[in-house]
Amino acid sequence: MKLDLDPEYEAFRADVSETLTKNRHLAPTSEDKGYKNARRIAWQKLLIEHGLAARTIPKAYGGYGGEADILKARIIAEEFARSRVPGPMQGQGISMLVPTLLELGTEAQKQAYIRPTIEGEMIWCQGYSEPGAGSDLAALRTSAVEDGDHYVINGSKIWTSTAKQADMIFCLVRTDPAAKKHEGITYITFPMSTPGIEVRPLVDMTGSANFNEVFFTNVRVPKSGVIYQPNKGWQVANATLTHERGMLGDPNATKARFLELVTLMKTESVNGQPLIANPLLRDRLMRLQAEVYAMQANGLRITTSRLKGEQAGIAGLIVKLNGCDLNHEIARLAIDALGELGILYEDGDHLRADGSWQWRYMYDLGLIIGGGTAQIQKNIIAERGLNMPREPKLAKA
Amino acid sequence: MEFALSEDQRMLQDSLKGVLAGAASLDQVRKIAVGDSDAIRMLEAALDDFGLASLLVPEAAGGLGLGLLDACLVQESLGYHVAPSRFLASALAAVALAGHPGLLGGEAKFGLAATELVSRRDGAGLALKAGKLTGTSLLAISAAGATHLLAADTKGGVHVVDAGAAQIAPMQTIDRTRMFHHVTLDGAKVLASAKADDRFLAIARLLVAADTLGAAQAMIDKAVAYAAERQQFGRVIGSFQAVKHMCAEMAAKLEPGRALIWHAAHALDIGDAEGPVMANLAKAYMAEAGTFIARTATEVHGGMGFTDLVGLHYWFKRIGVNRQLFGSPEQARETAAQLQGLVA
Repeated sequence: MKLDLDPEYEAFRADVSETLTKNRHLAPTSEDKGYKNARRIAWQKLLIEHGLAARTIPKAYGGYGGEADILKARIIAEEFARSRVPGPMQGQGISMLVPTLLELGTEAQKQAYIRPTIEGEMIWCQGYSEPGAGSDLAALRTSAVEDGDHYVINGSKIWTSTAKQADMIFCLVRTDPAAKKHEGITYITFPMSTPGIEVRPLVDMTGSANFNEVFFTNVRVPKSGVIYQPNKGWQVANATLTHERGMLGDPNATKARFLELVTLMKTESVNGQPLIANPLLRDRLMRLQAEVYAMQANGLRITTSRLKGEQAGIAGLIVKLNGCDLNHEIARLAIDALGELGILYEDGDHLRADGSWQWRYMYDLGLIIGGGTAQIQKNIIAERGLNMPREPKLAKA
Repeated sequence: MEFALSEDQRMLQDSLKGVLAGAASLDQVRKIAVGDSDAIRMLEAALDDFGLASLLVPEAAGGLGLGLLDACLVQESLGYHVAPSRFLASALAAVALAGHPGLLGGEAKFGLAATELVSRRDGAGLALKAGKLTGTSLLAISAAGATHLLAADTKGGVHVVDAGAAQIAPMQTIDRTRMFHHVTLDGAKVLASAKADDRFLAIARLLVAADTLGAAQAMIDKAVAYAAERQQFGRVIGSFQAVKHMCAEMAAKLEPGRALIWHAAHALDIGDAEGPVMANLAKAYMAEAGTFIARTATEVHGGMGFTDLVGLHYWFKRIGVNRQLFGSPEQARETAAQLQGLVA
């Protein structure tokens, strides 16, 4: 057990901290809205140049070209959080497509897509879920029929975030309807400007459209957009789904929210007393703190496993389930602590924390469901973590 | 950075579990629970041979000089096997009496009368007057067979007295494997004194959390094994999602508790200021997780879980007792809040 870092890493931390301090005046502000905002793109390029974004992506594709180093990645994330300087761009192109291309893409695909994606000039959306294929993703039915050196795509996708803004989509389509369900799927990329694509915003319980539905009618796309090989899309997608599940439930993000809740309960008063003076609310706060600390320690354990190149086992499998639930519970306590004022939403005058606690309480419920539902997570924990038997397949009717 | 057990720590735990698999098998535990003196002596001798009494005693004083993380691993193993042991009392004596190494070496066997540090009932409590302790203490730990008692006064101090000066009477709890006593002292001479500070209470709570961790892990292991064997509707019940999800929920609750205990123990070992907060949170966390797991693992066993036949109730009761020892989860959380300056 050793939690302090070697001097080499402490020096690295100091460097990162200095770079952020020196350049923070160039960072985008709340004024710099929207994708492809010039200031945001310039900031992203600056971060890449200093190795604070796209750190391990080779120079040839526009990255920093650094060695993979889990501790350095962790230090960078911690320093952004601590300094409150806006961090690198995120998005499904950067977090999911780029790692997939690096692993399985052709040289031409890497050359064409990685640089503009990591620099924020090319926005991607992900076409996985369908109305009839949610938890059972491999049941997807959007079809791609060969026509010379093209496919013709028909069907629809749902839960597609950033579909309106996206230049490109990476998409799972059924290319062999006769094959077993996992074996007839292809992972393909194409421009969202291709004729025959319609995007409809999907308004959710928060009142905004955080997701979309996407409809394909005779969409003709070149075969050169296939990643890896036709009918091998399930393996390609699985490589990236692990990236997504790792992102949901990050314990450091949860801790940051917990600290906001502590601040709220210390500063907001009812009947002349700060909320934290109420022993019932304080007990609930400490209960959440125990869970936040436990998930942070669990995260340290996972980092150590990764450093040693070992599987993290159950500690790794529970992150999405526990982390998303904990975020939701933190928002719930914030609302309860605020009491009557906790029900306000989009009311400028009396709102606390911009109404974000109610927004989070609703949005976080979406995250408990999205990215693999809580129930699917429990199946995974039981089957992979505890070696329990799979549900027997129903006999075909 | 390395947040993991060392090779030595894994070996310590493996070899102790090896000892306990024999001397604290379920058959032996059943005998211990009805007061079979051969079974009790056999377990005591096995743990004495292992050197548990001197685990936290500094090497200079003839002990093993190990740390709190090691102590947590030992306590976890004891909980896993629902094994009664003087270890908790010895470990806390070693913590409190670090300034009196002479008392810790040799053949000293410590009992602990410290319930009143956390909760003092009307009429209970030990008063210190002119170097002598007088009064009663409830639910003392490992008082039978002790040579010395570490006893708390009503003002936050702990004192060593000769166990021969104490009148002890059993207090029967739900947990028949571990003995608790009502202790009466009448002007018992104090041999040494120390302060029962935040760190002392934090360590007491952390060790109990580790005990629950072991007991709860054993219950999960038993539930998963039972679910893989028991058949209903032509399938093993572990293939039903209703059962699988109960097991997944238990594992998802327990595993972060393990990491929190490691972190708290390490923080206390290196003198990190957050150590006592983490330890109190760990006690509260494991009390809640343990209660959930004790109930859920029993339910996975169906009606059999409720019987004496499978013996699951020994673990259920161990966890139930641990939840209250050195304070309820509510008390541990309030301590954590106080330590962070969150209580006005």
